[in-house]
Amino acid sequence: MSENAPLLQVRDLRTHFGTGPDAVRAVNGVDLSVDRGEVLGIVGESGCGKTVLALSILRLVDAPGRIVSGQVLFEGQDVLAMRPRALTALRGRDIAMIFQQPKASLDPVMRIGQQIAEPLRLRGGRTRAEAWREAVELLGAVGIPNPEEKARAYPHEISGGQAQRVMIATALALKPRLLIADEPTTALDVTVQAQILELLRERCRALGTALILVTHDIGVIAQMADRVAVMYAGRVVENAPVARILGDPAHPYTRGLMRSAPVMGAVQARLQEIPGGIPDLTRPLRGCAFAPRCDGRRQAGPARCDGQTPPPFIPAPGREARCWLQDGAPAAQPAPAGWS
Amino acid sequence: MSAALSPARPGGAASRVPLLRAAGLVVRFPVRAGVMGRPKAWVHAVDGVDLTVQAGETLGLVGESGCGKSTLGRTLLALRRADEGSVEIEGQRVFELPPAKLKALRRHAQMVFQDPVASLDPRRTVGSSVRMGLDLHGIGTRAEREAAVAQVLRRVGLRPEHAERFPHEFSGGQRQRVGIARALVLEPRLLVCDEPVSALDVSVQAQILNLLKDVQAERGLGMVFISHNLAVVEHMADRVAVMYYGRIVELASREMLYADPQHPYTRALLAAVPSPDPAQRGGVAAPAGEPPDPARLPSGCRFRSRCPLAMPRCAAEEPPLLDLGQGHRAACWAARGA
Repeated sequence: MSENAPLLQVRDLRTHFGTGPDAVRAVNGVDLSVDRGEVLGIVGESGCGKTVLALSILRLVDAPGRIVSGQVLFEGQDVLAMRPRALTALRGRDIAMIFQQPKASLDPVMRIGQQIAEPLRLRGGRTRAEAWREAVELLGAVGIPNPEEKARAYPHEISGGQAQRVMIATALALKPRLLIADEPTTALDVTVQAQILELLRERCRALGTALILVTHDIGVIAQMADRVAVMYAGRVVENAPVARILGDPAHPYTRGLMRSAPVMGAVQARLQEIPGGIPDLTRPLRGCAFAPRCDGRRQAGPARCDGQTPPPFIPAPGREARCWLQDGAPAAQPAPAGWS
Repeated sequence: MSAALSPARPGGAASRVPLLRAAGLVVRFPVRAGVMGRPKAWVHAVDGVDLTVQAGETLGLVGESGCGKSTLGRTLLALRRADEGSVEIEGQRVFELPPAKLKALRRHAQMVFQDPVASLDPRRTVGSSVRMGLDLHGIGTRAEREAAVAQVLRRVGLRPEHAERFPHEFSGGQRQRVGIARALVLEPRLLVCDEPVSALDVSVQAQILNLLKDVQAERGLGMVFISHNLAVVEHMADRVAVMYYGRIVELASREMLYADPQHPYTRALLAAVPSPDPAQRGGVAAPAGEPPDPARLPSGCRFRSRCPLAMPRCAAEEPPLLDLGQGHRAACWAARGA
């Protein structure tokens, strides 16, 4: 594969929970790509499918969830077709993942240093002593004070912020090319969040690791992402560079998201609401999933918004928006048959 | 109506009595109980808090997890007792009231919780949950209660027929509307909202914040709005109190607190909020170090272990909430004019 090819490519990925007419279409046809060293933010509200998408990339979705169709290409290799051994080699070494609840992800009866050392020993070929020494170094690199002493601590003896530092150290121990972080600071206080974001940014940059950052927080996206994919009801409705998403969103849902959160230093009398709530994903969506809540529906043509799923239009190079308001711009691809 | 609630106000200056006043409030929890259950240490969840709320005013209460803001909120409504200090609602000292009087007072001092699911009985219809307060207080006839429930449901943006449904049939935002309806049906004059939008998505959060602001303005409610989200508090509050380990460390009008914070902890909190402008990246001055063990706070100022301005006096003497003028108060020896 060429050096310019994306590190990760996801094509028309679908992950459903359950089968038949009641299946929840949590991920419902997602296309995206991540370049080497790039930070892709995936933003959306609860139930939009962002976490299931992240898990699907590593094939970590548990029953009753299953990947129904699509492709996940990592450096050109099809992850969905990988044999168990290749998949095990991929996870942790090439692609690592960290989660919202760091303490739940740590083994409560294993010393912290050991949890970092283990993958170095088992997968990185280090001896026990080398792995331990490196684990202590890694703890220092993620800003844990007295790393030698803390390496011998158990997870219950450290704070949530420190636990997330340990998770980052573990995830980056084998210098993966991609880190997937699912709401890594959502459970943390704002002052600790600032430290962890800074750490993630610095470590990923130092190692050249690309980052997929899943979050509901626009501020976190603004601080971290190069490019942003906005998800709604299992689909990416807009994908653009971060400055465009925040400054000049092309999709009415993105615009609504940006406007509805209060912004510090810009007090308004009233907040802009997005009326209604998220759609029921057990029902097949007809047309644009956002249409019932959309202030652009009338302008774009209610019949079309309610009846036909918009394809990803390209309003400008490097930007995509699934909205009929962008009709006239070239489409990335025609909506495949059976999309409804 | 308020005259009927407290006919004899101390001092007689009815208009001067604040809706809510807390003085010297302390709530502590024992930790590491030894043999015979003797506490070996105490965590002061609330450690000497004074505050007032006037009718029609929203006091924002902001701080990080474990700072005691939820415990303070519950204590203000006498949902738990204080170990020291007093709370007065419309001039009545709530911890000294006999049960019947406290119950009567509670009607007018209601709470909205973060998780309306946990506070709604899953086997009761929503209408019945909303009506329960009216039933308990014996307000009106059955028909009047039903009418009041229908009216309040409409006010919070639900339909009267929603009264027949059960909590699981509602989305998170709708459940919070039910939680607000349940508080409003009793026509409170004081509302304590504890993280009312923290469990909600941002598009729904805007709906609930607008609703709370609207009903507050309509009814002239006094409100205590507790949140860890500084942007939400700025949107909602007239005055803001910042809590750190049980203490109010800064108290000011919203404008002054956000434009000219005087306590280093407030500054750190504000600086840590990620800016939604990608042009302003990084360089965040997050406070150094980890939050201290609440059972072993530093001597003197409890923030000094993380404070960039700490000086010898901070270890020796705990700064009181100093008056900096114009209602701006900060517990810091380095504050302007302190």
